[in-house]
Amino acid sequence: MSIEKYTRSFLKEVEERVEEGHWVKMCMQCGVCAGSCPLGPHWEHTPQKIFMMIRAGKREEVLSSDSMWMCTSCYQCIVRCPRKLPITHIMHGLAYLAKREGLAPKNQPTAQFGQLFWDNLTKTGRVNELKLSLGMYFKDGFSQGIKNAMAMQSVGLGMMKAKRLSPMEIMGGHGVKDKSGFQAMLKKARELEDSRRKLA
Amino acid sequence: MADMKVAAYICQGCGLGERLDTANLAKVAQKEGKAQVVKEHPFLCNAEGVAMIRNDIDNDAVTHVMIAACSRRAKTEAFGFSDVAVSRANLREGVIWIRPDDEESRETTQEMADDYVRMGCAEVKKMKLPGGNPEAATNRRVLVVGGGISGMTAALEASKAGYQVVLVEKAATLGGWAAKLYKRSPSHSPYADPQDTGVDAMIAAIEADSNITVYTNAITSKTEGAPGRFKIEISQESGPTTTEEVGSIIQATGFTLYDANNLPELGYGKSPNVMDQAGLEALAKVANGGPIKRPSDGGEVKSVVFVQCAGQRDETGKHLPYCSGSCCLTSVKQAMYFKDANPDVDTVVIYTDLRMPGNGEDFYRSGQNKGVTFTKGKVSTVEATGNTCKVNFHDLILNDQTAIENADIVVLATGQVANSGVDVDAKLKADIAAAAGDNSLLDAWNAAQTEGAVKPISVLNLAYRQGPDVPQLKYGFTDSHFICFPYETRRTGIYSAGPVRRPMDIIQATEDATGAAMKAIQAVENAAVGRAAHPRSGDLSFPSVRREGCTQCKRCTVECPFGAIDEDEQRYPLFNESRCRRCGTCMGACPVRVISFENYSVDTVGSQIKAVDVPDEFSEKPRILILACENDAYPALDMAAMNKEVYSAWVRVIPVRCLGSVNTIWITDALNSGYDGVMMMGCKHGDDYQCHFVKGSELASYRMSKVGDTLQGMGLETERVQTFEAAITDIERLPKLINEYADKISALPPNPFKGF
Repeated sequence: MSIEKYTRSFLKEVEERVEEGHWVKMCMQCGVCAGSCPLGPHWEHTPQKIFMMIRAGKREEVLSSDSMWMCTSCYQCIVRCPRKLPITHIMHGLAYLAKREGLAPKNQPTAQFGQLFWDNLTKTGRVNELKLSLGMYFKDGFSQGIKNAMAMQSVGLGMMKAKRLSPMEIMGGHGVKDKSGFQAMLKKARELEDSRRKLA
Repeated sequence: MADMKVAAYICQGCGLGERLDTANLAKVAQKEGKAQVVKEHPFLCNAEGVAMIRNDIDNDAVTHVMIAACSRRAKTEAFGFSDVAVSRANLREGVIWIRPDDEESRETTQEMADDYVRMGCAEVKKMKLPGGNPEAATNRRVLVVGGGISGMTAALEASKAGYQVVLVEKAATLGGWAAKLYKRSPSHSPYADPQDTGVDAMIAAIEADSNITVYTNAITSKTEGAPGRFKIEISQESGPTTTEEVGSIIQATGFTLYDANNLPELGYGKSPNVMDQAGLEALAKVANGGPIKRPSDGGEVKSVVFVQCAGQRDETGKHLPYCSGSCCLTSVKQAMYFKDANPDVDTVVIYTDLRMPGNGEDFYRSGQNKGVTFTKGKVSTVEATGNTCKVNFHDLILNDQTAIENADIVVLATGQVANSGVDVDAKLKADIAAAAGDNSLLDAWNAAQTEGAVKPISVLNLAYRQGPDVPQLKYGFTDSHFICFPYETRRTGIYSAGPVRRPMDIIQATEDATGAAMKAIQAVENAAVGRAAHPRSGDLSFPSVRREGCTQCKRCTVECPFGAIDEDEQRYPLFNESRCRRCGTCMGACPVRVISFENYSVDTVGSQIKAVDVPDEFSEKPRILILACENDAYPALDMAAMNKEVYSAWVRVIPVRCLGSVNTIWITDALNSGYDGVMMMGCKHGDDYQCHFVKGSELASYRMSKVGDTLQGMGLETERVQTFEAAITDIERLPKLINEYADKISALPPNPFKGF
């Protein structure tokens, strides 16, 4: 989609399709969010820049930025924003849009973990922690997975001893009673969200 | 004066009785001060003490009263005897509060007090009771020049207060700049939408007001006189010249937009779609709430770009160097013209710093809510081709050289240029700059003198020796004491209000005009009873010149910051008392010392200097004279005393009306009498001056820069005379400064003139 610069077309899309996106226009570019973010130096664009880029119509750049994925939800920016923008929520909303549009950065660990978590959870309605951690260990291949698992060995054994982790979960683990009902619920929720946010 | 009877009253209250030997003070007043009546009192400012003094004046023919108690700034009502000359010896703030209460300091503290009593007696004997300005004139009408928002507000406010107003407007109708607006930015909560200008209602109110006489198509072609008796010639285009008499004047001549023709790089003049803010107002007026059409072809407008700071805050020296403080508001308002008619129009405001004064922040928020896009950036060029423009700019947040293509309308926020008339100090400023090595002003001035050059048109056409308009500070805005007396120009009785004084929006201009109207009323009331305007408001003294001694050197006429002195036919100085602010700058300037006030003269201060008992060179007790400006330095010293700051007992402080009134003879007298050093404390000077008399401290520092030669001629160290800038807030700094200076002077050998 080509967007003429500094027109409102992308801003409008954000307002319609991103959670709390209607707040973006109220940013006054003071930069307090950028200065407050504990991860500020480690990501591509500060929230201030992200909001300016939205106004400048830089759709591709915004949605493929890693910034939204680096947010740890510490809420420092929301607390400090003099214009009371719900910045954290907007960042997560943008991440969701990026993901749905297929523009989210590839191999971004947070995005990968998110996908893994979601897939893990939606299967049975319960999070299978053993499978989730193994999934993370082995996401970059078998040998890396062994290395990761060995490195985390003592933590895993400790959790097992403390009965916080059951090795039997590898067999499939436990789930909610009405799995099909749970799946139907998720489907409906997604339908509602999609129609509200125009995410066909 | 044969019937002069001096009485000295010495207070024992506030600890004076315990800390000082008041019996000795009384002896000093009697023996050395030659006071005929000397009384001590345990509590001089109470009813009984005041009644005692009153009784002596009424029944004992006392004509001159010396009160040795607290600072002259304290108990002014109790000791405000208006029918006799009064001097004050400052024993409380000047002595006991700034000295430690111990055995060791007792002697030097007492010496200080003794000296202040000597000085008070010496001063009062040289004082006369001011008789008031004999030229007092009682015209109470107010002239308002300029019929815009500021002028109309001033006229209505003065009228509401019961004063007659003459309103002169150059154009055919009232309303000024505001009448050209479609709407104005909001004046009241919730500050969300543009609102009606209210100009029509104001014009109607003025027309219905029997107190206000309006001249349109008219200019003030001649202004002469002084507060209370200005005579104005009003020339109407193709009409008669009328003479009006008024008591004071408000200049509310507003501003002109900076000429966008100077900004061809921003596309002005290349396409009708590029305009200044006035251009857009005109379009909005035509559209009257409907969609604004593209000027080049009447097409639909889809995208509008507002370029802030166009030709403003310029660092290249080509355009206005300052911020006009109102154009951001205007651009937000104008963007709303589009958004309110059709929210789908793209409006982008490109700013470097968005400045929304007052409640403008709410208006900004409302603009964002309505979908106006704000982009921090700096526009380099505007390419106007066909029906659209390309705005090239540097996005300062994204650090991106970028552009907005296809803008249908580009609005340049060009800023305000004051309509202030002729810069009467232009030559002087140019000469000063040239002396400092910068010839640009002088070249500009010379170019302006050549035949055919466009000369600035005078607004007031003052028939003053000092030039036809009120002096300007910088960038053409009229000069005034920016913080304390914003409306007072340097021509007494003439007040400036609105954007001619500094750039501002309508809300500020309305407040400004109201303030100026109040000052104009004060001015006529003061003039009517022969009193000074600020900052010596209420002062009845005025300068007089002893003509026999005058050498017609003209320094007083040139240096008077307020243009109060003209020349008579014989080229002697001719004082216009009502224009005088009583600063004494003329008195300080006079090389032959023939100018004096009844209650403040070369003698009143000189005799104080000479009255101090200067110990001989073997006693190791240096004496330092401090001449402190009564507006800032002296109150700061008083406040330091209230805080019980301690400073050297070697100093003797004499308050002066302004450092400008310091005549160099006082310095020479002090050094000849054996003082070891002289400290002068005045207000800050320069472009951001704090001097209450505008030029006084500057002139003083200039004069004192020449004192060094004299000192060297006398074989004295130049650091014996020093000038310091002091602010009223320097409560802790001044005592420190005094102590450091006292240490420095103590380290020097004693003044060799001691004992001569």
